[in-house]
Amino acid sequence: MGGWERFVDTFFKPALIERYWPAILDGMWVTIQIAAAVVVTGLALGLLLAVIRAYRIRPLTWAIILCVDVLRALPPLVLILLAYFGLPNIGILLSAFTVLWLVLSAVLAAFTEEIVWAGITSIRKGQWDAARSTGFGFTGALIFVVLPQAIRLAIPPLTNRTIAITKNTALGSVIGVAEILNRATTAQSVEGNATPLAMAAIAYCLLFVPVVIAGRWIETRFGWRRA
Amino acid sequence: MSSSAARPILEVRKLTKRFGTVEVLKGIDMVVAEREMVFLIGPSGSGKSTLLRCCNRLEEPTSGHVIVDGVDLMAPGTDINAMRRRIGMVFQQFNLYPHLTALGNVSLALRKVLKQSRAQADATARAALEQVGLAARAGAYPADLSGGQQQRVAIARALALEPTVMLFDEPTSALDPELVGSVLSAMRDMRAAGMTMVVVSHELRFAREAADRVVFLDHGQIVEEGPPSQVLGTPTSERARAFIADLLH
Ligand SMILES: Nc1ncnc2c1ncn2[C@@H]1O[C@H](COP(=O)(O)OP(=O)(O)OP(=O)(O)O)[C@@H](O)[C@H]1O
Ligand SMILES: [Mg+2]
Repeated sequence: MGGWERFVDTFFKPALIERYWPAILDGMWVTIQIAAAVVVTGLALGLLLAVIRAYRIRPLTWAIILCVDVLRALPPLVLILLAYFGLPNIGILLSAFTVLWLVLSAVLAAFTEEIVWAGITSIRKGQWDAARSTGFGFTGALIFVVLPQAIRLAIPPLTNRTIAITKNTALGSVIGVAEILNRATTAQSVEGNATPLAMAAIAYCLLFVPVVIAGRWIETRFGWRRA
Repeated sequence: MSSSAARPILEVRKLTKRFGTVEVLKGIDMVVAEREMVFLIGPSGSGKSTLLRCCNRLEEPTSGHVIVDGVDLMAPGTDINAMRRRIGMVFQQFNLYPHLTALGNVSLALRKVLKQSRAQADATARAALEQVGLAARAGAYPADLSGGQQQRVAIARALALEPTVMLFDEPTSALDPELVGSVLSAMRDMRAAGMTMVVVSHELRFAREAADRVVFLDHGQIVEEGPPSQVLGTPTSERARAFIADLLH
């Protein structure tokens, strides 16, 4: 058997592709569901936390900083294992899917909070002054003047972060969420062949390359020049 | 113009402001009558901006009172947000909202503070832009406007709320010399329309021509005040004389 045949046989064995593509497709669907759920809840929660922090209420600010720093410091896998194997012992029974969704949402929320907060603090004081001088209260100035600008500044780092964290849905394979990688590793151990893993890689590309492109589009769409 | 019968619009009473231990305003008393244009001049750090910002409580006075159209801004029951929109403010750095068009800048408070419909707010905003000669640039973003145009949009943003008094903090000092004229002429028009104005500016030629009164501030105190010809022409205090000579040479 020549090198090329061996390569094809290892990564793209036709019989295995045929056998496992439905499973990989199912996995893609699960991955899409988790990723979408994580993006929505993570971004929304992170934005909410940044807004709360803007009010500079000491105990709340400290609580937010503490949670955010811990979530950013720990590897997501540690959090997933901790939640999945720890929580049942204190009477909280969550499905693997739910654990993955909650943990990744929390992590994305933590990064989102930091990025949006950085955006808020980088808006010049004159913007607040202008808004307040036309009768906006603090909340109005925040919502209508400062946040729209802060969010535009946050979009490039936020897109990167969002993509990086949604890719972590692959960690769900460890606790048995039937997403792409989980399906692939199961098949791989049954067959003793890397073809299912190569299929998984292709599936991830199919899912995330469009997301990366969309991210780039959003960045240019919402980029705007400062006066 | 400042006849004794004129109604006071802005009254500043025994106003003091401390930043930490530094007393920046040391008991300011000043009354601006309806339709009056008062020029506030003084050396850098004398407290001009702080005084102006105390007049709408963007800066919190340490003690004293600011009364606008009979309403004490310092009184506990006063709705400061409602009062602020009756006190137009124009900033040295324009402070336009970069994410909104000229029209968006002018109409934002109309829509979100006054809760006007979009159509109504846009109509008011267009009229305000018209007043400053920028109706044609309504759709432009601040980044695409010259400094002079940006400052006039900022003036329109304040004007659209139909303020009782307008405060200007060095409205032309961030502008290239050739753009100053357009902003001054917008201010001239406002004055002709009867707006009450307090202007911090070093445009002494404009002060001579347009101001009813010039107030000279130094080290947080009013050192001298009177008609422009007097304060700018024959200042009595040594400080004012030195300051004005410096500006004119
Ligand atoms: N937020 C602040 N905290 C501490 N000190 C301040 C603050 N704002 C102003 N000051 C000080 O108060 C004094 C008066 O400042 P202000 O800006 O009112 O002066 P100004 O007359 O407007 O000067 P300029 O002509 O340079 O604008 C200055 O000494 C300044 O350093
Ligand atoms: Mg100043």
